[in-house]
Parts: sequence; structure tokens; C-alpha cells
Amino acid sequence: MPENQGSNSSIVLRRVTGEDGASRLVLAGNCTLTALGKRLQPLAGELATHATDPELQWDLTGITQMDDAGAVLLWRAWAERRPRHLLLQPEHERLFNRLEKMPAPPAPIARDPLWPITVLGKAVFLLWDHLIGLIALSGQLLLDAIYLIAHPALVPWREISANLYRTGAQALGITALVGFLIGVVLSFLSSRQLQMFGADIFIINILGVSIIRELGPVLAAILVAGRSGSSMTAQLGVMRVTEELDALTVMGIPHSQRLVMPKVIALGIAMPLVVLWTSAVALIGGMVVAEIQLGLGYQFFLSKLPDAVAIANLWLGLGKGVVCGMVIALISCHFGLRIKSNTESLGEGTTNSVVTSITVVIIIDAIFAVVFSNVGLR
Amino acid sequence: MADGECIIEVEGLYTRFGSHVVHEDINLCVRHGEVLGLVGGSGSGKTALMRQMLGLETPAQGKVRFSGLPLHGQDRAKLQYMRNRCGVLFQKGALFSALSVYDNIALPMRELRTLDEDIIRRLVMLKLKMVDIDTRHATKMPAELSGGMIKRIALARAMALDPELLFLDEPTAGLDPQLSDAFVKLIQGMRHELPLTIVMATHDLDTLVALSDRVAVLAEQRMVALGTLQEVIKAKHPFITSFFCGERGKRTLENNRGILQG
Repeated sequence: MPENQGSNSSIVLRRVTGEDGASRLVLAGNCTLTALGKRLQPLAGELATHATDPELQWDLTGITQMDDAGAVLLWRAWAERRPRHLLLQPEHERLFNRLEKMPAPPAPIARDPLWPITVLGKAVFLLWDHLIGLIALSGQLLLDAIYLIAHPALVPWREISANLYRTGAQALGITALVGFLIGVVLSFLSSRQLQMFGADIFIINILGVSIIRELGPVLAAILVAGRSGSSMTAQLGVMRVTEELDALTVMGIPHSQRLVMPKVIALGIAMPLVVLWTSAVALIGGMVVAEIQLGLGYQFFLSKLPDAVAIANLWLGLGKGVVCGMVIALISCHFGLRIKSNTESLGEGTTNSVVTSITVVIIIDAIFAVVFSNVGLR
Repeated sequence: MADGECIIEVEGLYTRFGSHVVHEDINLCVRHGEVLGLVGGSGSGKTALMRQMLGLETPAQGKVRFSGLPLHGQDRAKLQYMRNRCGVLFQKGALFSALSVYDNIALPMRELRTLDEDIIRRLVMLKLKMVDIDTRHATKMPAELSGGMIKRIALARAMALDPELLFLDEPTAGLDPQLSDAFVKLIQGMRHELPLTIVMATHDLDTLVALSDRVAVLAEQRMVALGTLQEVIKAKHPFITSFFCGERGKRTLENNRGILQG
């Protein structure tokens, strides 16, 4: 082992002319990455100018320590071959022997001139892939459901109950807060407008229809998609990374039946309840502001509400809740099962899952609005 | 710093995770230029001790010093300098799964911000050659690699900055015997070329016998023996007896009689 020099004396270059007239470059000190530090770039230029003289004698025997970086620096200055006259310490010989045998770095891959078309094509195929995957997963769930009807003992009640608690009960706080605030804001803005026309009483119609039919379900769905959807995707993704999914497969426990189905069923049950809760809290928020701004009493508000809003609107809101809940769970599980076992895929999958869920929730809402345009509105 | 001086000093170290005590009063000095093997049963705190030396855990009591300086409470530049002098091979490799093999090894070099891409490319190729990985694997992602390759590439990354201190956490665990031997040879070769200090936690007696100059044995939260392999074997402790003088231990020591006496 070479003598250990703790001092960080960086490399020193000295050019001398010998008795025979030949010039000699004497290198001394430490030629390591830590010792070179910021001097590396200027030193590279200096060495390159010296290396232009082919008759120059390189004397490296004064170097106390040299590592790969130092050797590469010299090697590059010499244009990847040993200079004609070179004096080396035996332990540094090995470094340059290795450099001589260094494989050529792989050539960088040239960019395809047709890349915009390839990118577009890949996106289309990916979309197709997702569609097929989602349809296959829904089909698998249907088959599982039929199987479970025939074998009711196998229904995963515990998983359903756990998911119900996680996606439903634990979401009550955040949905209440957001619902209440939206109710307050909506009521405040509408009451100011209505006051101008002296149509104060219509605040009940505006709040009732907009919250029960539209805002309650959509708000709840978006919050649940962000909250429970992302956690479902991440859960399945981490199970993939840690090979837990494979462990389930080899035990003969099907993913769709034990992981996906409980989530879909639980969110299908929890979501309408969360919608009901969000709508109720938003209405309370609106009611409080209506009392402050317009002087409408709580009792009056509540007694007029059934007249202003047809009961069909409530069923419509709950129906949206069921559909959105099941679709969110399905999309989250679909993305979760597609995650590959690396960190980047996990992050990307979770983001895609939430973005897709929210987009689909809004599309579902639009479809409901068109299909049921004649229902519940006077 | 001459050989024999402490590069890492552990002084009266206590480690606790909640109410669970891992170490009690550990005193240890890693000398410059040596290979120190940490031995102990599963859960005896080998990895925890190594993490303490790296500053990944904070001691409940006691001190860890690197080159005479405490690991905690250093300013940013000093700490970075200390970190650049250490290379770590984690048990499972800990390659960044979002980066290719090439970028994994190039990352510590790029972080220095003194090397240009041309030097980095050559250095990466050199490190890959050193751990005997073909250059066609350079563009692969860690998920596509076998366990042995991950270990070797992780070693290449640990060696990227030619550190003077190398930590190996179970370097040969999960490798087949041939690969494991090749790995030991690789590390021996590196020690020949570079003034390297190695701290190694291992279960594997073959690796331990082939590489370590001194051995520290951890059992029952304490360090029960510290010294050369010959000295440690003579110590009377139930763990040492079962580890070195059991069926496997005897066989390994028999095979390596030459090394032990030499």
C-alpha cells in the first residue's frame, strides 16, 4: 500500500531542462479528486498545452497519491496513449494499465426525426391500453361478483368494512369543512344579488338546487378522488414494489377479488353518504349566512326547502355519488396495479390516477346533467 | 495521518429506538488503512452501528468522531467534505430507481460540479470496468438488473469519488458463492491500489476471514470482543463460540488456516 499522505497538497507542475537539452515536466504532490478540487479545469488546460510537445519527458515519480480522476485527467491530456517518455511509480502503473483497457463509452442514441409522430402514436396506444385495462378490470369484477353470489362465505366483509371506514368515516372532517365554506360563499354572493331585486326568498331555491343537485356530489367526489383515490393507488403501487402482490398471487388470493372489489364496493357505499353529509353541511353554511344577510329564519328556510327543491334532485345527487365512488375506486386500482417496481413509476402512477379520476368525475357529472335535464327542475 | 491513527472514533455510544436498547456503551476506533469487520447475530445492531458512524442516526448518548471531528453540528461545507470522503455500499444497493446505471454512478461526480461531462464519462466507464460490468448495461435501469449486478454497480457508485473510507453493509449477502468470491477479490484489489479503510458488517465467515484485519463482535447490546481474528476466536463468549466454532465456522477456519497463520 502506498504511503498515506493526509496533507491535501495539490499537484505541482515544474518544467525543467536537463543537461542533454531535453525538457522534462516534473509532477509532484497529490493527484486525487479531493486534492485537485476547483483546480481541475485550469490544470486540464495546462497539461494539454504541455502534451503538445511529443518529445517532452513526463516524470510522475514525485506524485504521492493518484486516483482514477487524476489518472483520467492525465490520460485525456495525452490523447489516450502514453507519451513517448514517461516515468511512473509502479503502483500507478496499474491505473494506466486499466485506462488502456477502458472500453469505449457507448455512442449516444440519435434522436428520431419523426419523434412528434411517435410521441403522438404512443399516447394514443397508451390511451387505448388504459381503456382495455379498465374494461378488463370491470369485467373481472363482474365475474368475481357472480362467483361471490354463488359462494357468499367468501365475500371479503372485513376488507369492505375497513375501506368503508377509511374512505367514508375518515373523510367526514375535510368534506364538512370544504362544504361549509362553499355554502357560506355561495350564499353570501347570491344573497347580495338577490337583495338588489328584492327576491330574497329565492336564496332557498338557489342554494337547494345548486348544492343538492350539483355542488355537493361534485365537491365530495373531487375530495374523495384526491384523498382516497391517491391512497388506493399508492397502496397497490407499494405492494407491487415490495412484491406483496406477487405473494398474494402465489397464495392463490386473486387481486381483483380481495383488493379491488372491496374498495369499489366500499366507495360505492361510502360515497353517497359522504355526498349527503357534504350537501347537508353546505346547506347549513348557506342557511347561517342567509339568516345573517337576509334575516331568513332557520325554521322558515327548512320548511320552504322541500317546496323549492324536488326530491328527485336528492336521488340524482346520491346516484352521482354511487357512480362516481365506484368509478374513482376502479380507476385508482387500475392505475395502482399498473405501477412498476420503481419510485418514478409510483409517483407518476399516483398523479395520473388522481388527475384521471377528477376528470372522469366531471365528465360523469356532465353526462348526468344532459341525461337528466328534465328531471327535478321546474 | 499515519496508519494506525483513528479515522472513526466511537465513544461510549448508546443507541435507543423508543424503549428498545440497541447499543450500550460501545467504544471503538477504526484505524486508518485497516479493514474492520463487524460481526453479530441478526438484530445485534451491526447496521445500526454503521448508521451511527455515518451520522444517519443520532446517538442517545456518547460521541462519534470522523477524523477527530464530531459528525453532528458541523457546517454545511465541512459536512459535505466529510461525506465525500466516505463511500457506502448499502445492503440492498440503494440504487436510484429513477436513474440509469450510468447516471447512478455519475451522480456523485456531477454533484461535485468541478468535473466536466467528458471526464465523468471516462470515470464512469472506468468504474464499470473495475466492477466488471459490461458497458452495454450502462443505459439499463436498476429494475432490469439482477441482484449481483445491483451490488456491483452500487459498489461502483460508492467508489465514484475514490473515497478513503468505505462502508460495506453485508457486501456478499444474496450473492452466489462464485460472485461472492469475485466480490471479495474485487475489494482486495481495490485495497491494493488505493489507501482504503473499510468498515464491513457481515454474516459471512468466508468474507470476514478473507478481508478483515480486525473483527468487532456485537452481542447483547455490547461489543464483546475486538481484535484480530485469532484473538477474537480465543474469547470466551457463547456467541463467539457458536459463530466461529460451530460446524460452519470450523470448516471455514480450516479452509483458511493459511491466512490465519500468515
